[in-house]
Amino acid sequence: MGEIKRGFIIFILFSVLTGLMYPVIITGLAQVFWKDKANGSLIVSNKKVIGSKLIGQKFTSPQYFHARPSAIDYKGNISGASNLGPTSSKLIENAQKEINSVRSENALGKDSKIPADLVLSSASGLDPHISLDSALLQAPRIAKIRGITLDKMNKLIYKNLEEPLFKFLGQKRVNVLTLNLELEKE
Amino acid sequence: MFDILFIVLFVLAILISGVFFGEYMAKVFRGDKTFLSPLLRPLEKFIYKVSGINEDSEMDWKIYTLSFLSITIFSFISLFLLQEIQHFLPLNPERLGPVRWDIALNTTVSFVTNTNWQAYGGENTMSYLTQMLGLCVQNFISAGVGIAVLIAFIRGFTRNETHTIGNFWVDLTRSILYILLPFSIILAFIFISEGIVQTFKGYEVIKTLEGLTQTIPLGPTASQIAIKFLGTNGGGFFNANSAHPFENPTPFTNFLENYAMLLIPVALPFTFGILLNKRRQGYAIFCVMMILFLGGLALAIYSEFQGNPMLSKLGIHSGLNMEGKEVRFGIIPSILFAVTTTCTSCGGVNSMHDSLTPLSGLILLFNMCVGEVIFGGVGVGLIGLLVNAVLAMFIVGLMIGRSPEFLAKKLEPFEMLMAVISILSTPMSVLVFSCIAIMTSAGLASLNNLGPHGLSEILYAFASPTGNNGSAFGGLNASTLFYTLTTSLAMLIGRFTTIIPALAIAGALAKKKFVPPSSATFTTDVPLFVWLLVAVVILVGGLTYFPVLTLGPILEHLFMKMGMSF
Repeated sequence: MGEIKRGFIIFILFSVLTGLMYPVIITGLAQVFWKDKANGSLIVSNKKVIGSKLIGQKFTSPQYFHARPSAIDYKGNISGASNLGPTSSKLIENAQKEINSVRSENALGKDSKIPADLVLSSASGLDPHISLDSALLQAPRIAKIRGITLDKMNKLIYKNLEEPLFKFLGQKRVNVLTLNLELEKE
Repeated sequence: MFDILFIVLFVLAILISGVFFGEYMAKVFRGDKTFLSPLLRPLEKFIYKVSGINEDSEMDWKIYTLSFLSITIFSFISLFLLQEIQHFLPLNPERLGPVRWDIALNTTVSFVTNTNWQAYGGENTMSYLTQMLGLCVQNFISAGVGIAVLIAFIRGFTRNETHTIGNFWVDLTRSILYILLPFSIILAFIFISEGIVQTFKGYEVIKTLEGLTQTIPLGPTASQIAIKFLGTNGGGFFNANSAHPFENPTPFTNFLENYAMLLIPVALPFTFGILLNKRRQGYAIFCVMMILFLGGLALAIYSEFQGNPMLSKLGIHSGLNMEGKEVRFGIIPSILFAVTTTCTSCGGVNSMHDSLTPLSGLILLFNMCVGEVIFGGVGVGLIGLLVNAVLAMFIVGLMIGRSPEFLAKKLEPFEMLMAVISILSTPMSVLVFSCIAIMTSAGLASLNNLGPHGLSEILYAFASPTGNNGSAFGGLNASTLFYTLTTSLAMLIGRFTTIIPALAIAGALAKKKFVPPSSATFTTDVPLFVWLLVAVVILVGGLTYFPVLTLGPILEHLFMKMGMSF
């Protein structure tokens, strides 16, 4: 019986230590030292929160860079993916649909190669990035609509390019939301 | 090129830290002074004093098991209740209601057994208080229990003619205080500085640049993610687990999360060698794990880079399989993460395993099906491999015609019985439950994919809980009554048939006299032993699962090559 009583006391002690003190102290320090990041890296414009730097958004209008397809439509209340396997007919159908719309929106030929990330949905449904290739592919369309030169558009993309850390950690990528915000400023 | 550098540096990093951390953990469990002792020793003494534990008293294996069961039961009651009454409790800014009873039960079993299978969706089910005081606490305790039991298991080999195998409370307290907690704190701060959220504020509901409504979920996440990986737990704060940008925002956090999963499991073989006073034995065990790890990794990376020919035909560049992967990670880090998480029984994911190419899926299934012994969960992984070693030495004994022994202890029927229970329970649970699922409409109704991939989904849904892993082929709807109850059972079987036989073996071995080595003793710290153990793991796993793996991932691979979809 002694061990059962000890089990109870130890359980309470560790609950307090690891379930209350640990997260509360860390939250306290986080709110002091990394206030912005600890609260979601939010982007504020005109005193209104318009999103988070880390969370992708849905873009459909042609004057914006488009993000990746999302199984949850970027709603954010629950994250998730399509979970379609490589031999799923639905996967192939979805990919075909996305490829068709990317080709028609960007006036590409029907044999053009499309970067995989732009037409296949992400793991979180909230992927904030697209690959460099996917951004460059959309540049002519947006330059034309916004009436700026392609050269300037590409410069803007490269300005927003996130490079792999120490050359080997991560992929070359562009944050769609911050790039589009910058477009608005132009 | 840089991708290869990534793998090489990663393996070097875990190897180096493994050696040092292994030494550190050995010190902790021998009760030696460490650099953290001045800070933590008073707290440790305080815990013993309040709970009436005599540090120097020892337990036999039955009392040790009873103690383990006692904290497990209190954990169980507390976590279940927290989920059911969370709407009456503070720190619930989203006013989430009580969790449906079978999902609450499943989650309770899942976190108490260090599985962390997610039948629930984090951000729309669990209040902040449930996450902290329920899930986070179990992240620590269930991991601490795993390490404690391993240390007791090792004592079975180091002790001579005694009936005790240590004090469970002391082992547990030291695991949490000296190993899990301090390194979680460091990790949590790095995570926050990279963008993982840590706040008690409620969710932000915003209008996006195009005027659509979006919810931005928040919470005390970083503190939980740190222990989620360090304790090979793997339960996500959010539904998408570590694919969610708030759980894994940058390639750097991804590297750290991957690294944290392996830190303790890689170091434990070294700890084992030191405690045993046979360092070479530790290296040999480490080599077995590393060979199996790298072999699987190589095949999975190869498979993923082959891409999907059906996507290639549509016009996707290289047919690259980016479905269910995040751009900031890319292919190799996603695969490394997937292989690590299935080897270590962590279960945290940064890509959706359901959407991986079939042969990558095969590797993940294999890693779990062999019983989570390739590094494995903290503590229990090494136990699993050592039990396999017991089996290997039994086979050796038969081959060379000597009564079998391992590490100077004779292996007799009782130990072999326990070893066989431990090893066979995994395939029994995985295959029998999968069979039931395939034969019932309740089992098939949850499928998200058809054809051979559907079989893989079901197999994964029982391999993962039985291995106490927790990752999933997430398309399968695991929140139906059928799956919440069957996977709960699988998790309990997985946990208890590892820990209880291990403690029984430890108790039996501690009682035995050391057998003095002779010229005919089969040495177990040489390459021959390493390859023998690798073969035993592959053969036991391979032969048992070969038929079902053929009908699942292998068949799917062939269909994919032929361009057939379902």
